[in-house]
Amino acid sequence: MAKKLLLEHADVPGIASYEVYRKHGGYASVEKALKSMSPDEVVEEVKKSGLRGRGGAGFPTGMKWSFLAKPEGVERHLVCNADESEPGTFKDRYLMEKLPHLLIEGMITSSYALGARRSYIYIRGEFMYVLQILEKAIAEAYANGMLGKNILGSGYDLDLVVTPGGGAYICGEETALLESLEGKRGNPRMKPPFPAVKGLWGNPTVVNNVESIAAVVPIVNHGGEAYATIGIERSTGTKLISASGNLVRPGVYEIELGLSVEEFIYGDDYCRGIANGKKLKACVPGGSSVPILPHYLVTKTANGDQRLMTYESLADGGFATGSMLGSGGFIVFDEDQCIVRNTWNFARFYAHESCGQCSPCREGTGWMEKVLYRLEHGTGTLEDIDLLEQINKKIEGNTICPLGDAAAWPVAAAIRHFREEFEWHVKSPQEAQTRNYGLIQTPLEA
Amino acid sequence: MKAEHPQAVNEAPIDFSAHTMTEIQRVIDLFPAGKQKSAILRILHFVQEEFGWVSVGAMNRVAQILDIQPIEVYEVATFYTMFHLDPVGKNVLEVCRTGPCQLVGSDDIISYIEQTLDIKVGETSKDGMFTLKTVECLGACGYGPMLMCKYKFYEHLTKEKVNELLDAMRDASQS
Repeated sequence: MAKKLLLEHADVPGIASYEVYRKHGGYASVEKALKSMSPDEVVEEVKKSGLRGRGGAGFPTGMKWSFLAKPEGVERHLVCNADESEPGTFKDRYLMEKLPHLLIEGMITSSYALGARRSYIYIRGEFMYVLQILEKAIAEAYANGMLGKNILGSGYDLDLVVTPGGGAYICGEETALLESLEGKRGNPRMKPPFPAVKGLWGNPTVVNNVESIAAVVPIVNHGGEAYATIGIERSTGTKLISASGNLVRPGVYEIELGLSVEEFIYGDDYCRGIANGKKLKACVPGGSSVPILPHYLVTKTANGDQRLMTYESLADGGFATGSMLGSGGFIVFDEDQCIVRNTWNFARFYAHESCGQCSPCREGTGWMEKVLYRLEHGTGTLEDIDLLEQINKKIEGNTICPLGDAAAWPVAAAIRHFREEFEWHVKSPQEAQTRNYGLIQTPLEA
Repeated sequence: MKAEHPQAVNEAPIDFSAHTMTEIQRVIDLFPAGKQKSAILRILHFVQEEFGWVSVGAMNRVAQILDIQPIEVYEVATFYTMFHLDPVGKNVLEVCRTGPCQLVGSDDIISYIEQTLDIKVGETSKDGMFTLKTVECLGACGYGPMLMCKYKFYEHLTKEKVNELLDAMRDASQS
C-alpha cells in the first residue's frame, strides 16, 4: 500500500476528537512552526515541497503564498475553500468529516506562515453536518490553546471561523467565494487585483483548497524536501482521488502521484475494476470540467506510454489526446453509458450554475444545454454538432472566471473523441432512444 | 405572491424564535465589527430550519437584524439555490441529478419517487409531506444515487431504501 500522509489515521476510532488526534501526533506542525520556525521558513518549506493547489488548478502553493502583499498595518487573511462542488469530487468532505483537526492544524500552521490572524473556512451549505463537526473541533482547539490569544506561548494570535455557502458551484471560484464570504451574491471579481493584493474586505488574502492546507501539516513535520521525494517530476506528494461512476469500489483514495492509471482503476488496493464485469468506455479523470478520455487513451497516452496519475501525464497530448488531473474527481463510464446523455447532463449543470454575469457564459451554456438536449432526445441535426463547436469557441477565454472554459471543454472533448456517437444519435434517433451506442472503435481499428 | 420578485412586495417583518435569535447573534459575533453581513447565509439557513422556507417577511426581518437594506437580503436569497422561496412540504427531497449520480442510476430513483408520491419534480405531495426537487452535484459522487433532506445525506439509494426512507420520514413528521 502506498504511503499515506493525510489519511493515515482516518480510521482510528475517535480521531475526530482533539484528544485522540493529539495522541496520534496531531498539532506537531503547529508546535514545530510556532516554536522553532519563522513564518518565512514555513513558506520556504512549502515552496521546496513542490505542493501544487489541490482544488483543480494545480498552481504551486508556495508561490501563491509568496505573492501575498504585506503592507504595514493592514490585516491579512487565509481563507480555506471547502466549497467542494466540482462534479465527481468528494475528497474534501471525506477529509473534513474524518479528520477535522487535520484541516484546523493546517489552517493554524498556514495562517502563521502568512501572518493572518483571522482565518476562515468557507464550506458549501449542503455540508452543514460537516460544518458542525468542524465547529466542534474548532471549539476544542480553542479550549486547548491551539487557537485564540498567544498560541503555545508564542505571542501569535489566531481566530478561526467556519461559515457556510448556500448552494452555488460558482463560489468555488476564489473571488466568487470571497464575495459570498462578504455576504453577497457569488459573482466572480475582475482580476487584477488578485486576492493576494485585495481579497476579503479588500485585505490581502490567500485562498487555498482544503487538501492543500492539510498537506502543509506533513510538509512542515517532515520538511519540504522529504515531501518532494514522493511523486514524479513536478507532481510531488500524495493526492486524494475521488473515484466515482461504474467502479467495483468507488470512494476516496490517497495515492502517491505517479501511480499508473491502470493500477488505480484495476488494482486490488484501489477501485478493483469496472463494476458488473463491464468494459471501460471512457473516463473523466479530474472533475467534470476536464476533457473526457475514450477508453484507448485512459491507461495509455497517444504515444503508447503508460498513463500515470500526475499533472503532466494526464495532460500528455494536450487537449487533442490528453486531459487534466484537475481536482482528482475521477469519473468512470462503462460500456453501457451514453456519452451524448452525459455531455448534455454536464452542460445542464454549467447552464444551471453560471452566475449570469458574462453574456458568453450565461447565453452560451444555455444554448449548449438546449442543443445537446435536442441531440440526446432524437431531434438534433448534424449541423447541431458543428453549432456546439462554434458556441464553444465563443465562450472559451471570453469570460471573467473559468466557469465558461469549464463548460466549454467537456463538450469540445466529447465531440472530438465521440463524434461518431453524436452522429449516430442524429442518424438513428429512434434506435438511440432504445439502446446505447456501446464502445467506440479506437482509431487503429477504424 | 411570487417570491421570485420579493422587491415588489412590502411585507411586514416576522418574528423569529428565541433559539433562532440566539444563534443569529452567535454567528454575527463570529465576524469583525461592521462585517455582520458576512453572517447572512448562515442566518438564512437558520430561518429555513425554523420555518421550512424563506419568506419575504423573514428576509425583511433579517435585513433589520443585520442593519442592511432588504434588497441586499433578497439578492442573496435568490442567488443561492438552497433557499426555498416558496412554501414547501415538511420534507424536501433534493435528489442529485448530475453526471456521476446519473451513471449509477439517479434517473431511475427520480422517476421512482415521482411515481411513488404521484408528483413531478418541483411539486409537493397532496398531504404536504414531501416536496421533490432535483439538484446539482452534492459532493457524494462515490456513494450515489443520493438525496439530501434536512441537511442529511441518504446515499447508495435503491427503490427499497427509498420506500424505507419515505416511511421513516412520514412517521417522524407525524409524531
